[in-house]
Amino acid sequence: MTATSTADPIVQAKDLNKSFGPVVGLNNCQFELFPGEVLAVVGDNGAGKSTLIKCLSGALIPDSGEMYINGEQVSFKSTHDARSKGVETVYQTLAVAPVLDISENLYLGREVRKKGILGKVFRSLDKKHMRETSTKSLGELGVLTVQNITQSVETLSGGQRQAVAVARAATFGSQVVILDEPTAALGVNESARVLKLIKELRDKGMSVILISHNMPQVFDVADRIHVQRLGRRAAVVTPETRTMNDVVAIMTGALTIPEEDQQLTPVR
Amino acid sequence: MSQSAPTTAAEEFAEHGKSPVQKVQATLHKYPWVSPFVVLALLIIIFSVLGFVFDVGALENFFKPGTISLMLQQTVIIGTLAIAQTIVILTAGIDLSIGAIMVFAQMMMANLAVYTTASNVTFMAGQNPVLAVILGIVVATLAGALNGFLVVRFNLPPFIVTLGTLSIFTALTLIIFKARTIQGKEMPEFMLLMNKDFQIAGIGFTVGLLVMIALYIIFAYILRGTAWGTHVYAVGDDPVASELSGINVKRVLFSVYVVAGFVIGIAAWITIGRTGSASPNVAPEINLETITAVVIGGTSLFGGRGRLLGTLIGTLIIVVLDFGLSLAGLDQAYRVLAIGILVIVAVAVDQWIRKVKA
Repeated sequence: MTATSTADPIVQAKDLNKSFGPVVGLNNCQFELFPGEVLAVVGDNGAGKSTLIKCLSGALIPDSGEMYINGEQVSFKSTHDARSKGVETVYQTLAVAPVLDISENLYLGREVRKKGILGKVFRSLDKKHMRETSTKSLGELGVLTVQNITQSVETLSGGQRQAVAVARAATFGSQVVILDEPTAALGVNESARVLKLIKELRDKGMSVILISHNMPQVFDVADRIHVQRLGRRAAVVTPETRTMNDVVAIMTGALTIPEEDQQLTPVR
Repeated sequence: MSQSAPTTAAEEFAEHGKSPVQKVQATLHKYPWVSPFVVLALLIIIFSVLGFVFDVGALENFFKPGTISLMLQQTVIIGTLAIAQTIVILTAGIDLSIGAIMVFAQMMMANLAVYTTASNVTFMAGQNPVLAVILGIVVATLAGALNGFLVVRFNLPPFIVTLGTLSIFTALTLIIFKARTIQGKEMPEFMLLMNKDFQIAGIGFTVGLLVMIALYIIFAYILRGTAWGTHVYAVGDDPVASELSGINVKRVLFSVYVVAGFVIGIAAWITIGRTGSASPNVAPEINLETITAVVIGGTSLFGGRGRLLGTLIGTLIIVVLDFGLSLAGLDQAYRVLAIGILVIVAVAVDQWIRKVKA
């Protein structure tokens, strides 16, 4: 594997550190995501996957280190900051409000008001616009028929809810979508559907970070695999050049890969 | 992964066949005010049949304009306060201090507006009545803000916070206003404005009733038509998801208690008009009655589910039961019994409805 592309990373982190009291979450962690790729982040429990992702999505503030979005240095103070830079996260807990309908959930926290006096003075929501846009973006992802947009999310199955959460991220994430264990709670069919969604996001030009424990799924969708171990990046490999056993070996420290054999540059 | 994914996920959303029971469940789920509406309609039908067919008690007077006027006026205090209670309960909270704050605010208004020539008045007497009402509403709003501050800042359960402020404001009422009832004739006319009435088709309407209806319309719009309203539902439904979606959960919760305080302030003015005086002993059971109205009206105590329209119907159910049973010549105890059963049934139905599946 030799570097063929010289594209700049869309998300980059240098020497991130984050401790929780005596517990070290991140220890000089490096990270790069390139435009239009699916990067899987894998690692054992406590390896710092979640901490890393929370720093990138603004849910945690790193103790030290630098983060860049499109080469521009950023320091996220909240998930809102990250969103405004086009980084959307689908959390493991889904972050949908079950009693609200699909369209309300898609726009939760960034509702669109009507134009003119109705919106400015009476703060009236433009439900029509939100429903139309929601229908369109769900339709683009092939997850919804039109008439169901006002269905409340609690009447949906786990996979459908996941699809709504992913669609929300895809609708608003102009650059990067982070998916935290998106298939953890799903059955085989629903998992397959979410994986298909991930590929569709990539085909639309989105950059995707996928946190997962599920090796077959990672090897199915990922372009590159970032292996996290003891709070730092142990290696970045591709599904083509390494086996699942190799990746597990890296995770546990049984195997180390010299940097020249890693895939630190984009494959797409 | 041997199973191939469907070409689109759309078929996943296709309608499945539903049994009749599931259809009822789904309908109630989508329109939570339907079940209280059915209960209200049944009550009216039962009382009519008992009155006109079986000639029970004085029930044939049930549809007399005088009775209807009285019933409408009876709704205003519970009905207005129940708006505040609904908004709080939608966030999965509860407000036990509603009655105490309302009493405090109305005593404040009356003690400010009372004529200095009346006997035994406090130092604050003799103010402009408009100022008195405004100050009373401001004080109620601040009291709501105190509830909200304690809930949000110290992460205390609303039940505990409002149980505390219930005692605090009850005590403050007695300490500051000396438990003195101020009669209507001791205050300027303006204080009793909410009781001004007029007749339409022989039925008496009061200004207070119109204000209550206006508040229902305004808050129904706010809850369903604005982002703040959506956030109230979302926060009550799932605060963690709301926070991750970028909603400032603490700000929404705080604002809910402030808004509730404001509504309580208006209710205080309405109460002075309705009772024709300001007494520290007015409506001792009002807390439980507002909660009852909200719960019977189909709003879930677990938050995030319910409609203001349901609360209005819930209030009407309480009042209709009250009048119907007393016109039938039954003891007050039967009304308490009936309300108790209704509350339990309402919560049980809510639990059932929550289990709905697509």
